[in-house]
Amino acid sequence: MTKQEALLKYVLRLADNVSILGHRLGEWCGHGPVLEQDIAMTNIALDCIGQARNYYQYASKIEGIDKTEDDYAYLRDPLDYYNLLIVEQPNKDFAYTIVRQYFFDVFHFLFLQKLSDSKDKQLAAIAEKAIKEVTYHCKWSGDWVLRLGDGTDTSHEKMQHAIDILWTYTGEMFLMDEVDEILLKEKIGVDLIGLRQEWLKIVSEHFKEATLTLPETTWSQKGGKQGYHSEHLGYILADMQYLPRTYPGSIW
Amino acid sequence: MKNWPLWEVFIRSKQGLNHIHAGSLHAADAEMAIENARDVYTRRNEGISIWVVESKYIHASNPEDQGAFFDPANNKVYRHPTFYELPEQLKHM
Repeated sequence: MTKQEALLKYVLRLADNVSILGHRLGEWCGHGPVLEQDIAMTNIALDCIGQARNYYQYASKIEGIDKTEDDYAYLRDPLDYYNLLIVEQPNKDFAYTIVRQYFFDVFHFLFLQKLSDSKDKQLAAIAEKAIKEVTYHCKWSGDWVLRLGDGTDTSHEKMQHAIDILWTYTGEMFLMDEVDEILLKEKIGVDLIGLRQEWLKIVSEHFKEATLTLPETTWSQKGGKQGYHSEHLGYILADMQYLPRTYPGSIW
Repeated sequence: MKNWPLWEVFIRSKQGLNHIHAGSLHAADAEMAIENARDVYTRRNEGISIWVVESKYIHASNPEDQGAFFDPANNKVYRHPTFYELPEQLKHM
């Protein structure tokens, strides 16, 4: 794999993470538990989609062909999507959405901190811009982890249930493959293994305060970064891509 | 969540201006009220500072007192600084 190929895949992974997570959060639009949180979630969704646009535009530049951000978002099949499995997991309930968001937000924050030192100027600039938004995402999801974890018996139970299920999707965030190795060597990419300890420390301290328990299992789901997804991604893409694929080139 | 109290939100749009009432929202506590206000009222770059106060702490004038309270100000032009020449630099008089 050349450095160029690795970089393209790397950028698409970052783009797909936030694009799919943004879509998931957007599904809450009109369905939030209260109006204020409905708006909070769609706000975060828009932040994510804005970040995805930056990455897709950069991907097009790397490929050097006349592709738009829409082509990447709307004209790729599940096997060509490289997002982490955790971001495509369904919303289920508010607790589930919060736990998914919190796990990813803390990772995302630590990741962007490192990426802002990347030798690739464009990636560093995107990271620097995104980190302000993600700082707020961390605060938002972190506050809800506290409130619901240390809330009522029902909210605690729902949070713990969500943690137990989503936990197996967290390991993939710290797995390195050939793409990561090549770009780490070039000082473009981030050392994911190095992030794990810090992530674990933040999450476990926060969970302790929220009276929640981290599962002990270390087994992890994986494959999303290589294009092997859970059944959910197909449904997301069907939803997302229906219009541009049925009416190609339509605009409004 | 139905028992969340109502909060009044005040936003300052620029350094040097006053906080102005923007609206109200529901939240469980002050911190959540500020975050909600950030999401509901400052998405389009409207503010640099937020105040929230629980609506129950707002005391309002009585609509029945409107006449006694406000009408006497109507016919006293000398209460307005319209008889002075204002320097042009003064913007907010």
